[in-house]
Amino acid sequence: MPDQLIFAMEVVANGLMTGVMYALVALGFVLIYKASGIFNYAQGVMALFAAMTLVGIQEGRVPFAHLINATFGTEIHHLPWHSVPALLAIALTVLVMIGLAWFVQKVVFHHLVGQEPIILFMATIGLAYFLEGVADLMWGSEIRTLDIGLPQGINTIIDETTFNWFGYGFFIDNLDIVAAIVAAVLVAGLVAFAQYTKQGRAMRAVADDHQAALSVGISLNFVWILVWSLAGFVALVAGTMWGAKSGVQFSLSLIALKALPVLMLGGFTSIPGAIVGGLIIGVGEALFEFIVSSNDIFGAVFGFTLNATENWFAYVLALIFLVFRPQGLFGEKIIERV
Amino acid sequence: MTMMQYEPYETPDGRTIGNTLMEMKNITLRFGGVVAIQDISFDIREGEIRAIIGPNGAGKSSMLNVISGFYNPQEGDVWFRGTKRPPMRPYLVARQGIARTFQNIALFDGMSVLDNIMTGRLNHMKTGFLGQAIWWGKAEKEETLNREKAEEIIDFLEIQSIRKTPVGRLPYGLKKRVELARALVAEPELLLLDEPMAGMNVEEKEDMSRFILDVNDEYGTTIALIEHDMGVVMDLSDRVVVMDYGKKIGDGTPDEVRNNQEVIDAYLGVAHD
Repeated sequence: MPDQLIFAMEVVANGLMTGVMYALVALGFVLIYKASGIFNYAQGVMALFAAMTLVGIQEGRVPFAHLINATFGTEIHHLPWHSVPALLAIALTVLVMIGLAWFVQKVVFHHLVGQEPIILFMATIGLAYFLEGVADLMWGSEIRTLDIGLPQGINTIIDETTFNWFGYGFFIDNLDIVAAIVAAVLVAGLVAFAQYTKQGRAMRAVADDHQAALSVGISLNFVWILVWSLAGFVALVAGTMWGAKSGVQFSLSLIALKALPVLMLGGFTSIPGAIVGGLIIGVGEALFEFIVSSNDIFGAVFGFTLNATENWFAYVLALIFLVFRPQGLFGEKIIERV
Repeated sequence: MTMMQYEPYETPDGRTIGNTLMEMKNITLRFGGVVAIQDISFDIREGEIRAIIGPNGAGKSSMLNVISGFYNPQEGDVWFRGTKRPPMRPYLVARQGIARTFQNIALFDGMSVLDNIMTGRLNHMKTGFLGQAIWWGKAEKEETLNREKAEEIIDFLEIQSIRKTPVGRLPYGLKKRVELARALVAEPELLLLDEPMAGMNVEEKEDMSRFILDVNDEYGTTIALIEHDMGVVMDLSDRVVVMDYGKKIGDGTPDEVRNNQEVIDAYLGVAHD
């Protein structure tokens, strides 16, 4: 088998893994958009906030330490313990995200019921900057490493197996594999929740028609808090995976930008769409980069190579998709009866 | 203060009409300067079919929205099952056992007929969401029970053939029937129907009338309905409230109402002075 093909296979495998990470972020958008028609610009910041809270709790930091110290002249930074078990820290962070969901619904969106989508969107922009500020104030702006005991580094089994097959070992990161498994479990869980549970059905009902939902005894407020909590949970998962991969830092909130082309491809209202869209973007991006930056293929034909295509390829792909299939691969086509 | 007291009686067709189930006392509802309902009182008795009629803009739908909690009146009290009801959100009213349909149909267009009807059972689901998600233990039993109830109503309203069809694709008449099914499956004590026959042809109207009578007869459900088609109402209902310009101008059996001069004037159009 030619070397280029084997390299391409490794690129595809890694692209799939990156795609899963994109899909994790996109999922949070889909949840909120489906249930309330709000495009939540703050989803990326929520992932950042969740990851920072997780690290903060795990390291036993005092939230708002700077603020407290500056106000009262004290010198507190740490609680008596310096490491909280990962599972406990995750559970506490989930509680914080539920609290955030409650806050967002009660303080912001409760007062904006029935407003135009653009107004709701603007509110989420405000929320994004507010949350970023709170995250900074609460936990400080240093880059932190997130270690909740996830395996990292090259997966030796895949390395050895592929070496035996092709004479070349693929480099696949263990963390990426864990992320893929977590994403699969998360999606299966979300689908089962939406299809079979009372709360999930209520969620779908509210997404469809508010009046009808009220008339069968569904509390809109409850459902919206639930949806924001779920989105917060998904943000926590995405934030944890990205944080473990590239450190918990403020640029984490920019991963939301990567979710946009994923959503355009997959459709804003489809959970499977978010996954497939993420995979397509992940693979497409990696393959395109591989082809146009390699001297052997692209360079031989055109005489030059392109670099850093991962910065723009996803958006171009999304634009092309918008022209031919504006509702995305799995989105609902809007047909108005006249 | 308590609710009106009545002695139960049996109708010629063998149904029992009981004591007061709901009483509206001096309800006034305003939207800014517009008075939609002005000082209206009436009651609904257990097991009866109570109609609210009146010309367009009389305030009928507003009255139904007051009963179902979508509007809260500025003045007056709503009494239900012997107690005064505080101002209440619509979803809590629904949980009290008051189901309704809408004039312009409010269904979940993206869901199938069966799923739509199953949402009517949400308040009968008590098991934990984990059990429901993995379909295990008590949750499975409960789901089976809810499903049986849904199928029973589907049979009852003769919509078996469209069970799996997405509601968005159905014609108007069938949508109305699905909406009725969703309300019925909740096993409500009081069923509110907002113009159940609006926009239907004669055949569909006859079907719907039959279903309404059957529901009342078979399940003993108390029904309050709004209609402006006089003919239909007179055949269906035990007692009728007539509204015009937000006021009550008549209340009684169909025969009494028919012979009421004010009602005749409102319907035939007499200059208001």
